[in-house]
Amino acid sequence: MTTAQQLKELTEQRYRYGFVTDVEADAVPPGLSEEIIRLISRKKGEPEFMLAWRLRAYHHWLGLEAPTWAHLRIAPIDYQSIVYYSAPRSKKPLGSLEEVDPEVKRAFEKLGIPLEEQLRLAGVAVDAVFDSVSVATTYKERLAEKGIVFCSFSEAVREHPALVEEHLGSVVPATDNFFAALNSAVFSDGSFVYVPRGVRCPMELSTYFRINAKDTGQFERTLIVADEGAQVSYLEGCTAPMRDENQLHAAVVELVARDGAQIKYSTVQNWYPGDAEGRGGIYNFVTKRGTAHRGAKISWTQVETGSAITWKYPSVILLGDDSVGEFHSVALTNHLQQADTGTKMIHVGKNTRSTIVSKGISAGRGQNAYRGLVKIAKGAAGARNHSQCDSLLIGDRCGAHTFPTIEVRNPTATVEHEATTSKISEDQLFYCRQRGISEEDAVSMIVNGFARQVLKELPMEFAVEAQKLLGLSLEGSVG
Amino acid sequence: MSGHALLEIRGLRARVGETEILKGLDLTVRAGEVHAIMGPNGSGKSTLAGVLAGRDAYQVTAGTVTLDGQDLLGLPPETRAARGVFLGFQYPVEIPGVGNLYFLRTALNALRAGRGEEPLDAIDFLALAKEKMKLVELDPAFGSRSLNEGFSGGEKKRNEVFQMAVLEPRLAILDEIDSGLDIDALRVVSRGVEAVRGPARAIVLVTHYQRLLDHVVPDVVHVMAGGRIVRTGGRELARELEQTGYAWAGERGATIPGEVRP
Ligand SMILES: Nc1ncnc2c1ncn2[C@@H]1O[C@H](COP(=O)(O)OP(=O)(O)O)[C@@H](O)[C@H]1O
Ligand SMILES: [Mg+2]
Repeated sequence: MTTAQQLKELTEQRYRYGFVTDVEADAVPPGLSEEIIRLISRKKGEPEFMLAWRLRAYHHWLGLEAPTWAHLRIAPIDYQSIVYYSAPRSKKPLGSLEEVDPEVKRAFEKLGIPLEEQLRLAGVAVDAVFDSVSVATTYKERLAEKGIVFCSFSEAVREHPALVEEHLGSVVPATDNFFAALNSAVFSDGSFVYVPRGVRCPMELSTYFRINAKDTGQFERTLIVADEGAQVSYLEGCTAPMRDENQLHAAVVELVARDGAQIKYSTVQNWYPGDAEGRGGIYNFVTKRGTAHRGAKISWTQVETGSAITWKYPSVILLGDDSVGEFHSVALTNHLQQADTGTKMIHVGKNTRSTIVSKGISAGRGQNAYRGLVKIAKGAAGARNHSQCDSLLIGDRCGAHTFPTIEVRNPTATVEHEATTSKISEDQLFYCRQRGISEEDAVSMIVNGFARQVLKELPMEFAVEAQKLLGLSLEGSVG
Repeated sequence: MSGHALLEIRGLRARVGETEILKGLDLTVRAGEVHAIMGPNGSGKSTLAGVLAGRDAYQVTAGTVTLDGQDLLGLPPETRAARGVFLGFQYPVEIPGVGNLYFLRTALNALRAGRGEEPLDAIDFLALAKEKMKLVELDPAFGSRSLNEGFSGGEKKRNEVFQMAVLEPRLAILDEIDSGLDIDALRVVSRGVEAVRGPARAIVLVTHYQRLLDHVVPDVVHVMAGGRIVRTGGRELARELEQTGYAWAGERGATIPGEVRP
């Protein structure tokens, strides 16, 4: 068999999470207007400040154009054909797990995310978001004992309006960019975390996002506030059914790490990537940013294997002196997937430090771009950054690109950038196969080796999942 | 003393692209035997090793190869490995981020699965690996390092022998396992090879130096030239070659081009 044939056969990968759940949904009509936004806000029983905030974002968005600077080919999106709110219908307001629609529960079970607390792996609390709403949050009581708030965004708006009003948009303003403005206008749910001063969150917190309904966009918003000296580790995972149409996912994540606080944010992104011919798949246009105050640390780790198109740049504003920012990323594109991802490290405080490790893997006709900005402001004396961007190519029809931008306004800063591009060689594959390892397993092993530096940043149980995912997303593409 | 024919090669012809490299090669290796294949650079020794292991770049155009009487040429490399074929590479590859022992355990368990055996668990594997590392005097630190990355030439060769000792192949083909080794490393590598030697196994040593054969004494020595075996004898043949060189072989074989890394 020729290498080209093998390449073709082995990249015919199956997406394991492509099922659709049959639930009765409470949805608004498609399209975006002031009426729709008012309707969403009313359905959620929001206070006045939220509606006002949404409407400001909407009016700002109307004057914006979708960005075109990314290294991406994006078919035009008809924003009037998207359904901006869809929720599994329930008879009464969700008070406890028992009231979650059994079909929805079953869907999460199929995804390996059982919502029954006793079934959960010890040490991980889960917030499950199904289409537009959070359907369940586990371990709430145990966390509440320590004063930790972990709930759906809707609940936070109702129960902790002051916290929400203080921090909402404080890191990613409603006017930040086209997709962030859209999200601010229509976002329907997401997760909210508050960890009080000096408290170390005793378990991993995690949100699992599932898009189910057709023609629906998912616009969730996550806000995590770690008060002085607090520590929290948070993970998100996501999947969607296989559909021939593209679906839009435009999320916003804001992190606030007060003095001495630490936030570790990990993502295993496995939205439906589309089929081998590039039909369907999620458009994943996400704005993620954190503000690190004095001595605080924000660490982003992402494993991006899904989505037809990924456009995201988890960033850190190193505002306080001695604050630390990290970005560890593995982005894999196969078939016709495209990714333009990277980070921004904005050094404002003195002696701030940032580390960037980006591992791009391209297979099939996948296109993978790293885009990064390291900015050292005038006052950031002694700031340091180290960036490492490695690309791995599998086959000769894919592409890897790096667009690093460095702006240094302080002469005492140190900025280092390294970049490499490599290929999986025939020699490496033959060596593995000679030792008895199948070609598929060999590719998966080589890719995992390439990504190891990033994978080891993930919490244990997710690292294993991510490793499997990388193998599965490639199913052995050979070059 | 020798056992049944483990490896049998008849009329083997193979090419790379348009160039024929193996031009009708015959060879029989019996269980329990150690064969040395010597010959000038470019005579096709590495090609033979690659063809036996199933490297894609070579096209077999004629002839048969059997292992224990069963066809080998129709099998993919990993299946040949599961049947017991091991190739010690002239140039072992580096795989960044893949731990040396992790790789070896994956390989061993893949081979075991291919033979319908249970996988070896981490603890049993580690015990086995430790013992074999000692055999080739490989520092335990090499266990967690990335496969061959940053290893010296000698360390890579030792690592190949270490892998062989763990995988316990039926037919080991070692391609210039002795090149670039100092005398100490040569002694260690030889000890590793001797440890694998046994009545059920066969070893084919590809080399163009006689000195390895002082440590691992072969039962049969072949001279290869121009893509064929041109002479076969006992270990004294190796000594003779050391004296006379290979110039004569050129007359009987084809021209002898310089060596090219595959
Ligand atoms: N991959 C290859 N592509 C082209 N020519 C090759 C390749 N491999 C080997 N050859 C040629 O085949 C001949 C035999 O090479 P090789 O088997 O490496 O010999 P040896 O190991 O005996 O030195 C040489 O002329 C070499 O140039
Ligand atoms: Mg050779």
